[in-house]
Amino acid sequence: MNTLFGLPVALDALIRVLIIVSVMTVVVMGLIYVERKVLARFQQRLGPTRTGPMGLLQSVADALKLVAKEDVRPTNADPWVFELAPFLVFVPTFLGFVVVPFALAWSVRDLDLGLFYILAVSSVNIVGWVMAGWASDNRYAMLGALRAVAQSISYELPLVMAMIAVAMVADSLNISEIVRGQAMVPNIVWQPLPFLMFFICMLAEMNRPPFDIPVGESEVVGGPYVEYSGIRWSMFFLAEYASMFIMALLGAAVFLGGSAWPFGEQLGLPWQILLTVAKAGLIIFVVIWTRASFPRLRIDQLMSFSWKLLLPVSFAQIMVNGLILVYDLPYGMSHTLLAVCSAAGVLFVASAINRSVTSPRPRPLLIPRSEAAR
Amino acid sequence: MEHLDQLFGNYIAVFLATIAGFILVISALVGNRLLAPFSQERSKGTSYECGMLPIKRAQTNVGMRFYLYAILFIIFDVEAVFIFPWALSFVAIGPMAYYEMVLFVGILAAGLAYAWKKGALRWQ
Repeated sequence: MNTLFGLPVALDALIRVLIIVSVMTVVVMGLIYVERKVLARFQQRLGPTRTGPMGLLQSVADALKLVAKEDVRPTNADPWVFELAPFLVFVPTFLGFVVVPFALAWSVRDLDLGLFYILAVSSVNIVGWVMAGWASDNRYAMLGALRAVAQSISYELPLVMAMIAVAMVADSLNISEIVRGQAMVPNIVWQPLPFLMFFICMLAEMNRPPFDIPVGESEVVGGPYVEYSGIRWSMFFLAEYASMFIMALLGAAVFLGGSAWPFGEQLGLPWQILLTVAKAGLIIFVVIWTRASFPRLRIDQLMSFSWKLLLPVSFAQIMVNGLILVYDLPYGMSHTLLAVCSAAGVLFVASAINRSVTSPRPRPLLIPRSEAAR
Repeated sequence: MEHLDQLFGNYIAVFLATIAGFILVISALVGNRLLAPFSQERSKGTSYECGMLPIKRAQTNVGMRFYLYAILFIIFDVEAVFIFPWALSFVAIGPMAYYEMVLFVGILAAGLAYAWKKGALRWQ
């Protein structure tokens, strides 16, 4: 194994993890600032301007305020579960950083099952959300937690299926190998539909608008973390922004060619890091753009979108990929077929979304019409 | 043996990252304990309910629809775990492996279609 300066394996891992910790802290603070600033520009406001030059120190000020805030725990809350929940929200999210690549030969560890690992680990934090919602002994929190579970498990499946579809084309689960395989053409050209599904499911997994039903302020006043205050509350947000960073890096690496395309190998490390930052930044920008542009979904729309559209389509994508790849077609022909079929899938999903937006179905009645009449 | 070393080298990083994550949260909490004011007052401990005192505990019964989705999720998630190794090896095994997976996914798709027809996917 290649270690930094030939250090022992454990020490090397420790140094890399520490680098990640500092990078993550800085990036998360930056992300909060960038989100507020970009969102403000979308709404023709200025955003933070008072703290430091152009408001650059806003996140630092926020962090200081949160640390110095009193930590209140409701009397009825289950103390152990309540206190443990922020750990279980943050730690699994943080574990995702072990495999995401920042440059061609730079991630903390190059796990052979990297893609599988990151999907497995990133879905654990839902346990923390449920613990937070259940232990708070607050109805809003409980409702929010239930919604969070329903949403998270529904969108987990299309996310996994989209990743499997790409892994079939890339023929690997090792994220670095997937990146290297895209030196000529990024995967999004062959697999646009999985990228679309990845993006949608990423929004849902992070509880970002328009999928912010579990944490919607106007419905459940913040959801599972209503009762949390100060630094404990900020752990949920730290986890949210950290997972946004991870997902953007993952999407950049798996679909957009990561640090390999174009000319990643030839132009050296600075160019690779620039590529990673640019692509991850693009994904993050689109996430913020989505937040500025779309209204929140209703929960029945949310569930049927995943189960009735994304899941069947993702199965179809896997089966079509398999059919094309299993017969030994020449490279150009098989990949052209893949691209055409996947693009057709994108058109289908887009038309289905368009149809549901232009002719929406009424909200299902909670009480059947016959009983309501009585 | 070398393979084991490799595995150890890889997953020691995961272990260290877990510890680092816990230390991050703990250090934030300790900083909070040192910096934040603290005062005991009875009304601070009530749960937030827009000004009213809540009636009864919040940990009540859960709607049936959540269980339906949970059951469906477990079925499909287990299936996803089966598909992962298949996705990397079916080309080497040949068309036979592909058609076996078509059969497998077909059965599951029939299950999904049945649940759909029965109205399990309808949110009500």
